[in-house]
Amino acid sequence: MAATATKNTITLKGSTDIVAEFFDYGINSILYQRGIYPPETFTRVQKYGLTLLMSTDDGIKKYLSQVISQIKEWLLNMTVNKLVVVIKSLNSNEVMERWQFDVECDKKALTDSKPNEKSEKDVNGEIRAVIRQITASVTFLPLIEEPCSFDLLVYTDKDLDVPESWGETGPQFVANSEEVRLRSFTTNIHKVDTMVAYRKTD
Amino acid sequence: MDGPIYKGPAMKWQKKQDNDCNQSVNSALNASCGPTKTPSKCSNKSMSKTPTTGGSGGHKTPKSGKKTPGKAPKTPNGGDRFIPNRSTSQFDLGHFKIMQDMNSQGSCENTDFMSPSKIESQKVMSENLNGDLMNKKIISYKTKAPSAPEGHLNSLQVLYSSCKTPASTAKKIMRNIPQVPERILDAPEIIDDYYLNLLDWSVNNHLAVALGSNVYLWNASSGDITQLLQLENPEEYVGAVSWVSEGNILGVGTSSGEVQLWDVTQQKRLRNMSGHAARVGSLSWNAYILSSGSRSGNIHHHDVRVAQHHVGTLSGHSQEVCGLKWSPDGKYIASGGNDNLLNIWSGQMSPSTQSNVQPIHTLSQHLAAVKAVSWCPWQYNVLASGGGTADRHIRFWNVSNGQCLNAVDTKSQVCAILWSKEYREVITSHGFALNQLTIWKYPAMTKVAELTGHTSRVLHMAMSPDGTTVVSAGADETLRLWKCFAVDTQKKTQKKTIKDTDKSIMSLSRIR
Repeated sequence: MAATATKNTITLKGSTDIVAEFFDYGINSILYQRGIYPPETFTRVQKYGLTLLMSTDDGIKKYLSQVISQIKEWLLNMTVNKLVVVIKSLNSNEVMERWQFDVECDKKALTDSKPNEKSEKDVNGEIRAVIRQITASVTFLPLIEEPCSFDLLVYTDKDLDVPESWGETGPQFVANSEEVRLRSFTTNIHKVDTMVAYRKTD
Repeated sequence: MDGPIYKGPAMKWQKKQDNDCNQSVNSALNASCGPTKTPSKCSNKSMSKTPTTGGSGGHKTPKSGKKTPGKAPKTPNGGDRFIPNRSTSQFDLGHFKIMQDMNSQGSCENTDFMSPSKIESQKVMSENLNGDLMNKKIISYKTKAPSAPEGHLNSLQVLYSSCKTPASTAKKIMRNIPQVPERILDAPEIIDDYYLNLLDWSVNNHLAVALGSNVYLWNASSGDITQLLQLENPEEYVGAVSWVSEGNILGVGTSSGEVQLWDVTQQKRLRNMSGHAARVGSLSWNAYILSSGSRSGNIHHHDVRVAQHHVGTLSGHSQEVCGLKWSPDGKYIASGGNDNLLNIWSGQMSPSTQSNVQPIHTLSQHLAAVKAVSWCPWQYNVLASGGGTADRHIRFWNVSNGQCLNAVDTKSQVCAILWSKEYREVITSHGFALNQLTIWKYPAMTKVAELTGHTSRVLHMAMSPDGTTVVSAGADETLRLWKCFAVDTQKKTQKKTIKDTDKSIMSLSRIR
């Protein structure tokens, strides 16, 4: 992080850090905004010029840091395609909501070590817009009334060696869903599109 | 899954049967011999391109009817025309066979004929469903994130249930609040004691009133009055009554420190739970836990299911506990005492820390006994409390952090407080000088109405299960029923339709 903080260019490693950090803040925002965990277990932090809420629960923190550190590795060698946050009802095990982050990688950056021309400030501005939209999503997403849990799915390349602690799963789509595409941001190396699918209320 | 798969191929197949463009049929047949994708694709293309598909069906059928019988068996061997007899081919049966046994390579020509395009369509289908999974893998971390603590309720509910339009543009709602009670009942010998809780209304519409050593039930639906119990010792009196949430069992606290459970339908005592050193003046249920507050300052939790009913003690008051309420989500229990304290306790009972439980918050802002305690029904961490003669304040608390949200001087002793389920309002009952009930708008705390009529202080209040009526018990030995939260059904249905249209708009909206 420190290496890229002041520079006007972003390297592959810096881009990976930015995207991984965005995932961390984005997932925490979703957990808070959608009321998956009690609001008193969150604390305020300043990031991207916004006040964001981060979980203080040790279990969640540990889980997220483990998952994100692994994703970081995959971001670095560009084998990750999507990260999906699935919100499932605890009682019926039904998928209520599905937040999808599509990651497009510029594979040229793997071989080409030349850093690209985009300042971190611009990227942070784009990320801020995405997080703002996540925050604003409570206005159109239906209320989650039952107790829910969340899970993270990662779409990777077919030939990836799956680590011991990871297992294959299904895509877990929302049945009868409505989809809203949110803004995207790019570091010129990684491009992240955000989308949320939720249950149609009728 | 079955639907779309059936539809796609079946259409093409039917089209093919219809069409007399023998070139494409032949190529499709050839394709069936060597199941490569391309030929079938070509045939599909030619099919879709044929401009006459739509109209052809009509005038072609009779033709095929004439010609087919003799020619049909020839075609696979390289005839240039393939016109099947539609009337003799059983499409329903054929389709059934395909669906039933997709892998079968039997003699049925149709299955062979279908397979390449079918494979194709299945591939497309799974791609659509699973999002190009052909070269992707979906994995997740095996250890899952911990789930939310039990009893956690989405606090966003407040966002959704609050008024959608800002207050200024909303049409001013003036509802008529009757200034006179709907009904007045006699309550002879009701004890004029601020520290007791002698009134409760069950979900089954039974109103329980303790008068001296008796407990009477008034059936609000039928108007029948029954005497549930009379304490054996005439010196004793009932200090508290409280209905279990199901409404079939009444908890009764007595002046001798006993907590009794009464079955209402059988009018029988189920249990007698002793343990308190002094009279029990407050009771509150949380599922199977009955909590009782005593003059000794102790609060006992009774698990009514087990023989060893005494499962917890909260000792945070030095004087009589007169207000006791579980929060609706069972997360907290609030207790008010004659020592001017309002304590918030955690609802979780762990046996290891049972001996020395400390309250989460000890709120000492009230300057008199705290009897009026009530939890907000739509915001589970908001508590309203009212103080006695020396205090006269209503206070609202955020129990998550112990902050006082608002305080209002009512100029009169606050005996009881209730939240309306229907409106964003609270109702309080008061003593000297007006002996009135006051309805306040929340959170602005402007007075909506004052209901006068009692000639002595209004000690207790209870709300009907439908939330429309409030009963007040005064020291003037009357119970008065006020229909102060009547529901405007017309407006309710209107609101509903508005909500429905909102939803349809919402489904169209997209954020940019």
